[in-house]
Amino acid sequence: MSQIKIVNLQKSFGDFTAVENSNLTINDKEFFVLLGPSGCGKTTTLRMIAGLELPTSGEIYLGDEEVGMLRASERDIAFVFQLFALYPHMNVRNNLSFPLKMQGYKKSDIKNRVEEAAKLLRIDHILNSNISSLSGGDRQRVALGRALVRRPKAFLMDEPLGTLDAEFRELMCLELKKLHLDIGATTVYVTHDQLEAMSLADRIAVMDGGKILQADEPYIIYNKPKTKFVASFIGSPGMNFFEVNEGISKDQSFVNIEGAKFDIPKQLEESKGSKNFFGIRPENLTINNNEGLKGSVFGVEYLGSRKIITVKTSLGEIKVKTDISISVKLNENVQVKPLNNNIIIFDGQTDKSLNSEFIK
Amino acid sequence: MDTSRSYLEPSSFSKKMAAAIIIVYAVITLIPISWMVMTSFKNVDSAISYPPEVLFEPSLEGYVNLFTNRSRQSQEYLDSLPPPENWYEELVRSREMVITGPSKFLGRYSNSMIIGFGSTFASVFLGALAAYAFSRFRVPLKDDLLFFILSTRMFPPIAVAVPIFIMYRKLGLGDTHLGMIILYTVVNLSLAVWLLKGFMDEIPKEYEEAAMIDGYSRLQAFFKVVLPQAMTGIAATAIFCMIFSWNEYAFAVLLTQFNAQTAPPFIPTIIGEGGLDWPAIGAGTTLFLLPVMIFTIILRKHLLRGITFGAVRK
Repeated sequence: MSQIKIVNLQKSFGDFTAVENSNLTINDKEFFVLLGPSGCGKTTTLRMIAGLELPTSGEIYLGDEEVGMLRASERDIAFVFQLFALYPHMNVRNNLSFPLKMQGYKKSDIKNRVEEAAKLLRIDHILNSNISSLSGGDRQRVALGRALVRRPKAFLMDEPLGTLDAEFRELMCLELKKLHLDIGATTVYVTHDQLEAMSLADRIAVMDGGKILQADEPYIIYNKPKTKFVASFIGSPGMNFFEVNEGISKDQSFVNIEGAKFDIPKQLEESKGSKNFFGIRPENLTINNNEGLKGSVFGVEYLGSRKIITVKTSLGEIKVKTDISISVKLNENVQVKPLNNNIIIFDGQTDKSLNSEFIK
Repeated sequence: MDTSRSYLEPSSFSKKMAAAIIIVYAVITLIPISWMVMTSFKNVDSAISYPPEVLFEPSLEGYVNLFTNRSRQSQEYLDSLPPPENWYEELVRSREMVITGPSKFLGRYSNSMIIGFGSTFASVFLGALAAYAFSRFRVPLKDDLLFFILSTRMFPPIAVAVPIFIMYRKLGLGDTHLGMIILYTVVNLSLAVWLLKGFMDEIPKEYEEAAMIDGYSRLQAFFKVVLPQAMTGIAATAIFCMIFSWNEYAFAVLLTQFNAQTAPPFIPTIIGEGGLDWPAIGAGTTLFLLPVMIFTIILRKHLLRGITFGAVRK
């Protein structure tokens, strides 16, 4: 197992820059998730680590070795594809032995290792089945088995749960996490699903437009996003933003929005311009009848234990995640106010969050 | 309304109609073939009798004549010979002839085999490599190259017979197996590249990528992962190539005389005494039909899937 480090990595396809000047260090034994919308460069980054794409510039280190220009077959990494890419003309056992055969193991060794991996993944009863007869979940397990049978330096996974139905996905998510705890392999996992990312990752890197915006633990990514994009992409629904038409100065602890005064955490940094954004998560807002921004109820979504109320205000639509006990009617006039001081000010020019007592 | 069947399924009437049309078509196409097979089992007289005999006493004379050279002898000479050693000698002697040696048919037949299978293998192998490259790599001028390859089939191959004849004579390729294999491969290659490219495009590139990650080079991945999955296309392409090179007549007449002459130009030259030896020609044609038939039957499973490729897959 190994640390993976990418330095100033860049990849262009003609005029299009897929990955821009990326730097990342993925620690040994870490479960690292690359998260972002489609086309953000996360899969390209993963494919460069795998050796399926060659970088335009920059370096990739696997352990201490620079592997950026090595072929995939020379890197000792395993890759789990979104569509599994199990060899359909071989049965499960042959799929699992395929990577070992190339490395010249003895037949008995191959058999042992295949059976060991199959047992770990609970697919030992289908070793002689054809790929086409397997369910999605079993195919997923075989794909994982083919990756781990070789005991590579790192596992790379490209949305491996993307094609499974919801029920299987949750199950496999748990199994993946458990597997990772069992074998402790460095894993890089690509997904656009934030729930998957949150539940699996030791650390998450959020990407957009070919850039890595933030790489942190899930808790920090969620609560202390460094950019407006991260704040809106993570969380369902994402963060609410209100325009603040004033410059933010150091030590400021309130802002005026539409004539109303809002407390904010004491600012440690000043803004570059006079147009900024006030960001607050839907669960940090509450509905009442006497305080805060006035608006009317536009929609109510029930999520079981919580509900999301959309309120139309002069600042636009605001999403509020509240307790199920709060009941409102459509078009009812309500007021929205922050529940606590978990508020982030984003600089209008750079889209980055400004340091404050809350987010440093 | 009949709701017991699916909306998309044809009615039983149209199914019966389809079956009837197929049977009529099969009978029409099979009549000449069965006539040819019947002729091969007739003797020289019943083959040309009028009205034609549908029921007849089967004879292997055609096959014996196909495989042997014979000469007519006087009755005294025949009487002076020791008694015939086997059934075919007896058959020939009853026609007042003796066997003077084996005919050229077996040699021509094996020429056909060597050239047919050789060129089929070469076309499919080279075609698969080219198709893979066109399917996966950024080849400069890819579309123009593909069109150029296709354009070699836009005129009848025989249109270039004279230049090829002269080239082959200068190169010493005339009347050689290698020359004929090269020629048929060249003609078949464009078909092979185009057909196989379609199949290669259908194979997701993740399979090779998985194999490359598993430690294989691209060429190894091509042989171990791509080719087995392209079997359908390879089988279909192989059959088309085989049928062409097996049946090809014009170039074979022009370019081969002795060493590499294939069966098609040879069979019509089987001339008996006082006319064409129809049973022998029938026998030669029947035997000529067999390899392609067997080859097609072996690959039939793939062929059916191959013809409908792309329609429903995965």
